[in-house]
Amino acid sequence: MIQLEGVSKRLGTKQVLEDLFLELPTGLTTVILGRSGSGKSVLLKHIIGLMHPDEGRIVVDGEDIAHLDEAELNRVRRRFGMLFQGAALFDSLTVGENIALPMREHLRIGEDEIHRRVAERLSWVGLQGVEDMKPASLSGGMKKRVGLARAVAIDPTYILYDEPTTGLDPIMSDVINNLIRSIQQRMNVTSVVVTHDLHSAWKVGDRVALLHEGRMQFNGTPAEAEVSSDLLVRQFIEGRSEGPVAAV
Amino acid sequence: MSPDIVPTRPISYVWGRVGDWIADVGRIALLVLETFRTMGRGLRSTRLVIDQMYIIGVQSLVLVLIVSLFTGAVAAVQAAYQFASVVPLKYIGSVILRSVIIELGPVLTSLIVGGRVGAAIAAELGTMRVTEQIDALEAMAINPVRYLVVPRVVAAIIMLPILVMIANAVAIFGGYVVSVTSVGVSTHTYVRGLQDFFYMKDLMSGLIKTVFFGAIIGWMGCYHGFRTEGGAEGVGVATTRAVVSACVLVLISDYVLANVLFRFIFAK
Repeated sequence: MIQLEGVSKRLGTKQVLEDLFLELPTGLTTVILGRSGSGKSVLLKHIIGLMHPDEGRIVVDGEDIAHLDEAELNRVRRRFGMLFQGAALFDSLTVGENIALPMREHLRIGEDEIHRRVAERLSWVGLQGVEDMKPASLSGGMKKRVGLARAVAIDPTYILYDEPTTGLDPIMSDVINNLIRSIQQRMNVTSVVVTHDLHSAWKVGDRVALLHEGRMQFNGTPAEAEVSSDLLVRQFIEGRSEGPVAAV
Repeated sequence: MSPDIVPTRPISYVWGRVGDWIADVGRIALLVLETFRTMGRGLRSTRLVIDQMYIIGVQSLVLVLIVSLFTGAVAAVQAAYQFASVVPLKYIGSVILRSVIIELGPVLTSLIVGGRVGAAIAAELGTMRVTEQIDALEAMAINPVRYLVVPRVVAAIIMLPILVMIANAVAIFGGYVVSVTSVGVSTHTYVRGLQDFFYMKDLMSGLIKTVFFGAIIGWMGCYHGFRTEGGAEGVGVATTRAVVSACVLVLISDYVLANVLFRFIFAK
């Protein structure tokens, strides 16, 4: 269980998160929607301890990670996998080495077992036989899939997705959405997906939250969002420039 | 220069830059401490260190050979010009030897390697920063200093003295070629000059300095790479800062180390 309790964060002169409360239910996929620059990625980075709140608590399995030292934070981080917006694959390593890296760092298993697991994770994302390729020779969709294979390399409890379909064509976006669902069912993980892609949100989300001006404007199921009378929620899901939120 | 980057308030601009500089010093000190703290585990990844030794050392070799060959050659031409009618030419080998192994070899090699390697490290880590690869390391519970900085700093500390020893030998050879072919000194005289005034402490002082220079080059490349912000422009800025700061710190530390080594450690 992940809980954010009264989280505030200021970056420069901008209040990015303000007294934010959010609970991420175990075993479900929560989609966090919001406009570009609304602080979605900042929120995700707080959940995995890459950024620390100015105020508030981020509780993961009962531990407030905002106040852990590096060793304790790394112990918590091993329960997480994260797919970054640009996949963030290491250029100097091959695909296989990218996926094997967290295994080599954190698991006491032999090279044969690592190779077997790398091939298995690649098969989960529909990529076989690409272990020796370098990230530079992969397409955007392949990079995302390799990034996903790396995110699930050491059987995480939580998976964080930062804009998983951004920059992909509609077909590849759907492939990624299907993978998020299949990984969810296969591993029974708790997932957090940050996106502004409504199609993706409705397809992968068990719950949907809308972030606006640093606070949660809405938190419920996709069905509840569909019938919400909140003007902001309506404007966002209908994709209108007119409404309570100015277009610029 | 575009108008928006010209400071309109010079005093507050200078004051701000002093504040930035003090903050940089503090952050570099923290990076150095973190490097030492994580060095034990970082050194267990021998492959990472060996890869960096190849990139920093072997890939710099051709550049170092060219620079040191001509450094020795120029030293011979300059010595012959300054000796004219004042100092016997039999000392030309001695002068080239001592100037190369004490100062020219270590400092010029460090500046050349500092430019090439400092820029390469800053550009690589800067690109990793802006493409979230360093965030990815942290998200995977891998300490980026242990994984990225330790191998580069250790490799620079190991490879720079080796490069300098090679550079010293090549520079002395370059001086020999010029001395024999255009100054008119015989091989016997040149070699005798080398033998008569060779002191182990001169060689050691130069090599000790390069250990510090290697660490400076590694840390400056890593620090400015880690601090990269923005996109391609940020990587360019980080690369420039890494090279400039590495070269300036090499020259400043050369002065400090020369005082420590020749006034205290090798004074007798």
